[in-house]
Amino acid sequence: MKTSSLDKKFDKIKFLEENNKLVSKDQNRLLNKFLNNKLAVLGLIIFAIIILATIFAPLLSPYDPLKVDLRSMRQTPSLDHWFGTDNTGRDVFSRVLYGGRVSIFVGLGSSLMAALIGLAIGCYGGYKGGWVDVIALRISEIFMSFPQIILVLLLVSITGQSLSNLFIIFILTGWGGMYRLSRARMLSLREEEYVQALESFGISTFKICYKHMLPNALGPVMVMITLSTAMFILTEAGLSFLGLGVPLNVPTWGNILNVATDVVVLQNYWWMWAPVGIVISVFVLAVNFIGDGLRDSTDPSQQG
Amino acid sequence: MENNKNIALSVKDLKTYFYTNNRCNKAVNGVSFDIEKGKTLCVVGESGCGKSVTASTIMQLLPTLSRIEEGEIIFYKDEEKINIEKLERNGKEMREIRGSDIAMIFQDPMTALNPVYTVGFQIAENLKYHTSMNKKEIREKTISLLDDMGIPLPKQRVDEYPHSYSGGMRQRAMIAMAMACNPKILIADEPTTALDVTIQAQIFELMDNLKKNYKTAIMLITHDMGVVAELADNVAVMYMGNIVESGTADDVLRRPTHPYTKALLDSVPVLGRGRDQDIKPIKGSTPDPYDRPVGCQFAPRCNFADETCNVMPEITNISSSHEVRCHKYEEIFQY
Amino acid sequence: MNNKKDIVLKLKDIEVHFPVKAGVFKRTVAHVKAVDGVDIDIYRGEVLGLAGESGCGKTTLGKAILRLVEPTNGEVSYISPEKNITELTSLSKKEMDPFRKKLQIVFQDPHSSLNPAFTIFGSLEEPLKKYGVNNRDERRKIIGDLLEAVNMRREYMDLYPHEFSGGQRQRIGIARALCINPEIIVCDEAVSALDVSIQAQVLQLLMKLRKERNLTYLFITHDLSVTEYLCDRIAVMYLGRIVELCESEDLYKNTLHPYSEALISAIPVADLDKQTKRIVLEGDVPSPVNPPKGCPFHPRCPKAKDICKIETPELKKYSTNGNEHFASCHLVDLPEVS
Repeated sequence: MKTSSLDKKFDKIKFLEENNKLVSKDQNRLLNKFLNNKLAVLGLIIFAIIILATIFAPLLSPYDPLKVDLRSMRQTPSLDHWFGTDNTGRDVFSRVLYGGRVSIFVGLGSSLMAALIGLAIGCYGGYKGGWVDVIALRISEIFMSFPQIILVLLLVSITGQSLSNLFIIFILTGWGGMYRLSRARMLSLREEEYVQALESFGISTFKICYKHMLPNALGPVMVMITLSTAMFILTEAGLSFLGLGVPLNVPTWGNILNVATDVVVLQNYWWMWAPVGIVISVFVLAVNFIGDGLRDSTDPSQQG
Repeated sequence: MENNKNIALSVKDLKTYFYTNNRCNKAVNGVSFDIEKGKTLCVVGESGCGKSVTASTIMQLLPTLSRIEEGEIIFYKDEEKINIEKLERNGKEMREIRGSDIAMIFQDPMTALNPVYTVGFQIAENLKYHTSMNKKEIREKTISLLDDMGIPLPKQRVDEYPHSYSGGMRQRAMIAMAMACNPKILIADEPTTALDVTIQAQIFELMDNLKKNYKTAIMLITHDMGVVAELADNVAVMYMGNIVESGTADDVLRRPTHPYTKALLDSVPVLGRGRDQDIKPIKGSTPDPYDRPVGCQFAPRCNFADETCNVMPEITNISSSHEVRCHKYEEIFQY
Repeated sequence: MNNKKDIVLKLKDIEVHFPVKAGVFKRTVAHVKAVDGVDIDIYRGEVLGLAGESGCGKTTLGKAILRLVEPTNGEVSYISPEKNITELTSLSKKEMDPFRKKLQIVFQDPHSSLNPAFTIFGSLEEPLKKYGVNNRDERRKIIGDLLEAVNMRREYMDLYPHEFSGGQRQRIGIARALCINPEIIVCDEAVSALDVSIQAQVLQLLMKLRKERNLTYLFITHDLSVTEYLCDRIAVMYLGRIVELCESEDLYKNTLHPYSEALISAIPVADLDKQTKRIVLEGDVPSPVNPPKGCPFHPRCPKAKDICKIETPELKKYSTNGNEHFASCHLVDLPEVS
C-alpha cells in the first residue's frame, strides 16, 4: 500500500499520542475551531486593522477630511498625502478613514438593530405561535419583497437624503431575514426536553422564551449579523455612489466613490476612487470570511 | 478454528484507529474472530466498544480520517482467499464485493432508504450493478425478493416510495436490498434497535429464515443480551476495542467467564425472573477513549482486578470454542 | 403495596385528540386519537408501569397528566394526603402552580433534557427561584444536596451539560425533578436511551429515592423486562386505550389480554433457559389516525372472533390471585368483579 500524505499525518499523530504528548483542549472548542480556519483568522486580522484605523483616524492623519484646500487639488499620492487629494483638495486618506467610521457604523448599527427586532419578534412568535406569529410572518414577507432601491427612492423623495433614512431603510429591509432565522431556530428548539421541563414547572412563557431559549438561537443570528453588516456597507456604498445615500458633505466610503461617476476622474485620477474601492472590497471580504468561520465553528456537524 | 471450509470471513488482530481532531483514537485495538457459514455471530457490547467500527472496517466504509493499522480481514470466496484490508477502499475489487458478496443493513430504517426513489428502484440498482440481468428479469427478481422478505402486495409495493412503508417494512425492504445478490455474509448493525418489540420479533424470524434458506453467514451487532440469546450461534463480547470473551452462545451465556460479561448479564432485568431478581449495576463508567487505562481496559470497574491487570491480558482458550481475555479467569470460572 | 385505597391521582375518561388539518383552508379532516378514553387510579407510593409500543399513547398520557399537552376531554384529579380533591384540568395556568410542585417529570433524551447554554446551577435554580427560594446561597445549598442525592458531587453544579455523560445527565434530570419536592414523578422512558449497564445504575437510584422520599412513580416504557422488576402494577396500552391493568406478577403469570401475551412473548430474554415460543403478530403497529372499528387490536389478534370486529370491549374488572385485574377483551373467561 502506498503511503500517502494522509498516512504520514496519521503516523505523526499516532506517535505523539502514544508518547502522551497530546491533550484535548476541550474548553472552547468553538474558539479552537475558529482559529484553525486560516481564512477566518485572516479575515479577523484585516477587519481589526481597518476598524482600528478608522477609530484612531485622528492619530493616523493630521488632515481634516472636510477641509477644502483648493491649492492642493488633484495631487497624486505622495508622502504628504498617502492617497493623494481629491477634486477640492481634501486628503483622500483621511476621508477614507473618517468615511470608514460612518460606513461601518451604518452597516453594523443597522445590522444590530435589525437583529434585535428580528430576535425579539421571532423568538416569541416561533415559540408561542398563534396570531402574533402569523401576523409577523405576513408582515415580514411584505417587507422582504420590497426591493431596497424602490424604498430608498421613495423615502429620499419624501424626506430627502439623510443618514437616519439609510438606517431606517436598512432596518426595515433587514429585520425580516433575522426574524425568520430566529423563528426557525425556535421552532426546533421548542421541542427540546429542557423547554418542556421548564413548562412543567410553570415558568412564564416570557422567561422561557427570552432567558432560556434565546441564547441557543444566537449562533446563526450572529453569523447573519456579520454577513448583513457586509451587505449593508456594500449597499450604502452603492447608494451613495448613485447619489441616493448619505448626503455628500458627510464622508462615507460610498460618497468618496461618487467621484467616479465622472469619466474624467475615472480615467485620470485613479487615486480618488481605486483605494476606496479596494478598501470596501477587502473589508467586505474579511467580514464574509469571519462569518463563514463563525458558521463552520458553530455547526456541530462539521468534523475536525 | 482451523477448518477453513466452514468459515466465510476471518478477522485476525484487526486494529482500526481514528484520527479526528488531531488525536488518535484506538477504536478497534486487536480483534480476532471468524464468521462461520450458515451461522449467526453476535458481536455484543455497549456504545463506544468498537463493534460498529469493526463492521465498517470489514466493508471498507470507514471515514476519511481513519485507517486500518494492522491485521487481516480474509474473505473466503468460493475457492479464493481475498485479503480485504489490502484492497483500495473504493477500488473496483472492493466495490464488486460490497453489496454482492458482503452486504450490510443499518440501524435506522427511516434514513437508510433514499426518500426520492421508489423502493423497487433502489433494490434494482443493486442488481443492475452486480449482475447481468435485463430489465424484465430485474423487476421480477425485485418483486420476488419483497415477497420473500414478507412484504404484502409486493407487485404494488415495488413502485412505492419509502415514506409509504412502515418502520418494519422499511427494514424488510433494506434486508431485501442486501439479500438481492445472495451475499455470502450479511452484516446487520443493530437492525432492530429502532423498531417496536413486536416488529423486532418479525425481523428475527426473517433473519432466522435467511440463515436456513440462503445459508448466509450473519454478523449481528447488538447491545441487547436478549437478542444474543434469541439469535446467536456464536458470541463475541467487546469492550473498548477488544474482544474480551467469545464462544458459542451456550459458552458465553451459560458460563460467562470474563468479569465484564458477567457484570453485563447481572445488570439487566431478565423477563421471567420476577421482582426479586438481584440487579447489580456495573460501577463507574466507560473511560474516555483518549484517556484509556493502562493494560486491561475493564480493570478500573472490575471487582477482580489487581496489579497484574496493568498489562493487557492475552487470549486464553478455556475450551475448543470458548476464549477469554482475562488474567483472573480461573477465579471466575470456579466462581 | 399497603394503603391500596389511598388514591393520589385519578384519571377519568382522558382523551387527547389532535386535529389533522388539510387543504388550503386548513379544515380538520381527521383526528389523531393519541389517547382515546383512559381511566386509571394511581395509588400513593406505588410504581405504576405504563407499557406499550410506539403510537400507543403512553407518552402523550404522561404529558397530559402534567398538562404539557392539554387533554381534549376527561379529568385529572389530584387528591392530597388530607383527602382534598382538586380537578387539575379545570384550573388556569396560574392556579396550576401549587400543583406543579406535586407533579414532576423526567424525560427520555439525556442530550436535550438540559439547556446547553446554562450551567447545571443555572438550569436548576430557575424552579427554585419561582417557588420562593430567594436567597442565592440557599439555592446553592439545595442544589448541592440534590446532586449528592443522585450520587454526584456538589461541585458539578458549575459545569455545563456537555461535560457530562448520558447517564450523568439523566441523573441531573432526576435531581431537577426532585428540586421542589414533588409527590408524583412521571418517568417518560427515563432509562431507554442509556447504555445497558448505566440503566441499572439509574433504576437503582430511582428506587432508592422513592423509598427515601415516599414518591409515587408513573413509569412509562416499552421494555416489559424492566417493568417486571420495577413496578407494583402495570398498565398495557394499545392505540390510546388501556387493554390490561393489574399487579405486576399477574401480568406475567395470569395474562388476560392477547396483546399483552404477544408483547411479553416478543421480548428477547437474555437467559437461554427461559426461551419461549414467540407469538409473532402479523402486520404493523397501527396508526392512531384511523383506529379499526370494534376492538382496536382485532386485525392483529390471533384469537379474534366476530364480536371483536363489531363491538369495542370495555375495561372490565376481574380478580386473579385475589388482586384487582382489569382487561378490555371480549374473550376473558372470568367472572366480573364489582
